[in-house]
Amino acid sequence: MSASFCVLNAALRKDHVTMSQAASAPSTRPPADDRLQRSSPVRRALLRPELGAAIGGVALWIVFAIIAGDTGFLSARGTASYLEVAAELGILAIAVSLLMIGNEFDLSIGSVIGASGMIIAILSKEYGWNIWLAIAVAMVVSLIIGFINGALVRWTRLPSFIITLATLFAIRGLTIAFTRIITNRTNVGGMQEVDGYESARRVFGSEVSLFGANFPISIAWWIGLTILATWVLVRTPFGNWIFGVGGNEQAAHNTGVPVTRVKISLFMLTSLSASLVATIQVINSTGADVLRGTQQEFFAIMAAVIGGTLLTGGYGSAIGAAIGALIFGMVRQGIVYARIDADWFQVFLGGMVLIAVMINQFVRKRAMGVR
Amino acid sequence: MSRLFRIMFAALLALSSVATISVASAQDAEELRFVVVTHGQAADPFWSVVQQGTAQAGEDMGVSVEYQAPSTYDMVAMAQLIDAAVASEPDGIIVSIPDGPALTPAIQGALDAGIPVISINSGYETSQELGLFVHVGQTEYDAGYGGGQRMSEEGVTNAICLIHEAGNAGLEERCQGFTDAMTEAGGTVNQLVVDLNNPTEAQQRVSAELTSNPDINGIMALGPAGATPAIMAVQDAGVADSVNIATFDLSTDVLTAIQDGTVSFAIDQQQYLQGYLPIVFLTLYERNGNTIAADIVPTGPGFVDASNVDQVIDLTEAGTR
Repeated sequence: MSASFCVLNAALRKDHVTMSQAASAPSTRPPADDRLQRSSPVRRALLRPELGAAIGGVALWIVFAIIAGDTGFLSARGTASYLEVAAELGILAIAVSLLMIGNEFDLSIGSVIGASGMIIAILSKEYGWNIWLAIAVAMVVSLIIGFINGALVRWTRLPSFIITLATLFAIRGLTIAFTRIITNRTNVGGMQEVDGYESARRVFGSEVSLFGANFPISIAWWIGLTILATWVLVRTPFGNWIFGVGGNEQAAHNTGVPVTRVKISLFMLTSLSASLVATIQVINSTGADVLRGTQQEFFAIMAAVIGGTLLTGGYGSAIGAAIGALIFGMVRQGIVYARIDADWFQVFLGGMVLIAVMINQFVRKRAMGVR
Repeated sequence: MSRLFRIMFAALLALSSVATISVASAQDAEELRFVVVTHGQAADPFWSVVQQGTAQAGEDMGVSVEYQAPSTYDMVAMAQLIDAAVASEPDGIIVSIPDGPALTPAIQGALDAGIPVISINSGYETSQELGLFVHVGQTEYDAGYGGGQRMSEEGVTNAICLIHEAGNAGLEERCQGFTDAMTEAGGTVNQLVVDLNNPTEAQQRVSAELTSNPDINGIMALGPAGATPAIMAVQDAGVADSVNIATFDLSTDVLTAIQDGTVSFAIDQQQYLQGYLPIVFLTLYERNGNTIAADIVPTGPGFVDASNVDQVIDLTEAGTR
């Protein structure tokens, strides 16, 4: 599997180089050169990483609309419920997809959700801080964790998979230990009474009533961040650097891309996104517990992979990750509307990932093989 | 392209076949439909008994029952499952409430939609605050306190409170009740957190605790998921005679250990009733307008010890105790 990904990746890079050469070279080459052949818009669309996920998402929606349309899946309330799940995962998955395009992993984000949530809850509820200050501290801590992850990866040159596997456990353990030392418990509730809660709720937890259902504001965060991340990826030098360090780190370094700075920034962004999700969850559930965020790192990677991001780096998109999260949300909540016991959820999830990556690979191979 | 569509079509077919089967069976049943959302993971033997209770009651009452739970102890996911259950417009919802503040908005959503809600297992206080139909379960603090009293009567002075699910407020209350009763009797209690998804590691943690602190003469496990590793650790260390083990809730392992004397007693909350009774209550409410004139139907605590273990053991193997 990974070998074929590498080949594909190499092919993509080659493709990228030839195209840029072609663009910069004056048109002295004979027009018969097949590298200059114009590709049709359809083929160009097929080369987009998120295409497979987009088709899969629509297909999945149709399946659930057929089998569960009359039991709530199509209702406004049903739509709001899977969009909420998708939004919280999507915020993570977007950042994770950028990091994965940069050819790194972060397994510690689930633990960062737990830690950030607990920091906010303890500082504001137990110590009486204004919640905005508590949120700021949690975000700074998450940025520091991201910096440590990134710096360790660059300094030791060990795979980020291993480094963040270590921080996954270390951070969760620290969260549990400190929470028990400070509060003697493992959960903190009653956040609605703390200073500044109302204004924080407007930003992170308000709801918009549409068609008789409440759509949480996290959906706006999700969409906004998708647009922002996509803009960064395709319109800014930093986006180019991300593709560069993920596609070929040595080549990127040789052309003057600040590899270490790019990678550490990506780790910090990923960690910050976890902190944002933690804030949303603490505000919505008016409390935190030490196990929040468990397994979210895997769900976020799944969403990014469903969305067409390659495990080998250098290829992927934020829109794809957002769609991947949407698929996750539809499966998670759709199973309730389809009246299937929860025992089946993980089977569905695994099946979805497998189908999605197979379709993605098939589409890409086919689109690139024919040209 | 045709191959691509064939692959996708096959995938969708596979995906929808399971779904359609279950939809078909749901529609064959009576018009009443109830959704159970708990925090209980499939791996926990306790919750499989609850699930059996709901399924059996559904069959006996001729109503359809669905059972949902997040795949890890995750209050955010659980609240979202309740939201989905509400949107699917069932005739009633049954929830466990291990974390009141986290689940209150979702449960309030059900009440606002006019759906009757029964709470089970944990969350009696939240149930009262929200004015739910009824709570079916035991009050955790009192059960813990009772367990602590009994343990100190049996001569335990230095105990571990074994928490198998960090973050579960219900377990914390049990532990608090136990600790208060032990402390009042002059004993001391240390808390030990283990992971119920990893019994081997849990056993090693208990072993390490027993080795490092030889004064320990009692272990209170907060459920079978903690009790089984504790029993094995005590047997391994060869201290079964000097360490008194007690646990909340029953399992085959626990009952066998009561028979051979390793475990002195188990606090039984009869969780089968927590699955079975709410379905009956809601069915009668929908069909006959019947209500319960109390805010709690206590299913525990009761004690299972050497005197009554034989009678309970057969029922546990059948998965109903």
